[in-house]
Amino acid sequence: MNVQEAIVENNTITDVNDIKETVGIPLVENAKMSMRDVDVFYGEKQAIFGVNLDIGVNEVIAMIGPSGCGKSTFLRCLNRMNDTIEICKVNGQLHLEGQNIYDPKLDVVPLRARVGMVFQKPNPFPKSIYDNVAYGPRIHGLAARRADMDEIVETSLRKAGLWEEVKDRLHQPGTGLSGGQQQRLCIARTIAVSPEVILMDEPCSALDPIATAKIEELIDELSENFTIAIVTHSMQQAARVSHRTAYFHLGKLVEVNETEKVFTNPDHSLTEAYITGRFG
Amino acid sequence: MTDKKISTIDLVNKNLKKRYRAEKRFQAYGILSICFGLMCLVFLFTDIISKGTRGFFYHYLPIEIHLDAEILGITDTNDINQILAADYSTLVKKRVYEIFEAKKRKEKKNARKLIAIDATGYRIQALLKTNAAALLGTTITVNALVDDKVDFYLKRLGEKGDPGTEYFNEAQLLLIGQLLEREEGGITKSLNKTFFTSGDSAQSEEAGILSAFMGSLYLLLVTFCLSFPIGIATAVYLEEYAPKNKWTDLIEININNLAAVPSIIFGLLGLAVFLAFFGFPRSTPLVGGFVLTLMTLPTIIISSRAAIKAVPPSIREAAYGIGASKMQVTIHHVIPLAMPGMLTGTIIGLAQALGESAPLLMIGMAAFIPDIPTSVTDPSTVLPMQIFQWFRNADAGFSEKASAAILVLIIFLVMMNALAVWARSRLERRW
Repeated sequence: MNVQEAIVENNTITDVNDIKETVGIPLVENAKMSMRDVDVFYGEKQAIFGVNLDIGVNEVIAMIGPSGCGKSTFLRCLNRMNDTIEICKVNGQLHLEGQNIYDPKLDVVPLRARVGMVFQKPNPFPKSIYDNVAYGPRIHGLAARRADMDEIVETSLRKAGLWEEVKDRLHQPGTGLSGGQQQRLCIARTIAVSPEVILMDEPCSALDPIATAKIEELIDELSENFTIAIVTHSMQQAARVSHRTAYFHLGKLVEVNETEKVFTNPDHSLTEAYITGRFG
Repeated sequence: MTDKKISTIDLVNKNLKKRYRAEKRFQAYGILSICFGLMCLVFLFTDIISKGTRGFFYHYLPIEIHLDAEILGITDTNDINQILAADYSTLVKKRVYEIFEAKKRKEKKNARKLIAIDATGYRIQALLKTNAAALLGTTITVNALVDDKVDFYLKRLGEKGDPGTEYFNEAQLLLIGQLLEREEGGITKSLNKTFFTSGDSAQSEEAGILSAFMGSLYLLLVTFCLSFPIGIATAVYLEEYAPKNKWTDLIEININNLAAVPSIIFGLLGLAVFLAFFGFPRSTPLVGGFVLTLMTLPTIIISSRAAIKAVPPSIREAAYGIGASKMQVTIHHVIPLAMPGMLTGTIIGLAQALGESAPLLMIGMAAFIPDIPTSVTDPSTVLPMQIFQWFRNADAGFSEKASAAILVLIIFLVMMNALAVWARSRLERRW
């Protein structure tokens, strides 16, 4: 059943064109990242419509919504990964601690060192486990000596909960690990450069439930030190790991609220329709 | 009514047989094509190897010869000019007459026809050049080369129709027979070292492959050193950096078209640009390398671009995601991952260049080159040109040399490919 049918069948659901303002609490005090009036275009087609959202310090914010709602696109704006897509154009103010991310003079290299990313499919480099983790610190020049690098690699792998499993085979290819291990390796690689924010684009969609549970546990632990924005298709996952949940619908941010509230008593009828499985 | 009704499964079964037949036929076509290809290959190789290996061997007659300073006309063993100008032919001739007990003019003429006098003379000269003082006046044993016609005849002894007999008269055949019957000091067949160590010659028994081999080697070196970096830099720029607009489209179309241009056109271009305009030395591997670079570049660029395109975007994203700059992504990830594909393209291009002769004809690499080139600016020829020239020569000894040269060319090619396979496996092991 597509969205339109759902809307027709349930008169209670608001028409998507009627979504003017985001309901709930999109803005917070002491925001780590704040986005205002964000529009994203792919060529002629507009993918994101006037999104306002804050991400608090050491907060885990989940972004949910049906396929094609723009949640991944929005996430990829936060560290300018969309720059690699030529036809993609971003308007609006996106700030990381008061600094404009889309300032033309801003260098994306330090930005991406501060805002790291974990992708949908585990994508370790075809290098050894050690080199995978050491790659980021190496290109940013974070370790002066070999011993420093060893330490960074070990702490990153420990934080990612992978150290015990791989400590004896650090110099074997990272691609030889299992899917879940590979994803944790990718997380270790991301945290090795000590970012402030970690963006996760459906990090568990290619993993089995056990590996997923491990990653979720990890997200919980990481939230002590990092600010995390996670896009997920699994509402259970959003409910388990996040503090706040943002619901996107056809490029618009419909509702942002405390996770518990979103899944028990959402403010918006579209959110309710989605979480109760009436579409999506 | 019920027996008229055919159930679906029966219909499927009925069609199944037809499907299986079609499948079998389809496979049979494939197997047939492979068999045909293999047959051609086997035929080609047996033919080339059976004919070519003959060229690697030669018949020699060991003769004892007294190095008479008087006949040679050498008075000072330290004077290299005297040694070079000495009369070796007379010395060898005299000894040959003695061996064949030739006294009359006609007998002498017959004897001369059996031994390659000049070539044997060169051998003695070469020996004297190294150590004239010690050797002069002593008696040494030299492997005298038989005449190329004798060699041709001997190699085909026992074959149908006795090929080669038409070159000789009765008396000469008798002499050859005597030589063959000798218990000791008779004709021996051994590896023709001259073939591997000397350049082209007007005499087939003296002609060797080395100058053409070195020419090909230098040519490929120049071609590789130019086309590999230029090709990869072009491919990387076009794939990773260039904006997608009309200009890059135009460049792409042109590169693709260049790959289909007949190679002789590149030779004309080389003649007009490198020789006529820039005035580079004619017949040199340097200019040949320039021309073949132009020819191989499209191949390398096209395959390198394909290899770069095949690098999974997830790897790029991963690198960008932790803050790698564009150059770091390209150098650390894209190029290493695309390298095996780039190497394959390069090897295909270089293999083409190795077998190419038409463009080199235009820039004068078809010359007669007896000297072995020692640098890329020495005049030289290349293996395919050498083969062509030898086949064109009417002398019996040369066509055999040409077959042997083909074998050398093929071995060269196989070695090059082996190197590429090795390099690829090395790179892939590094992931």
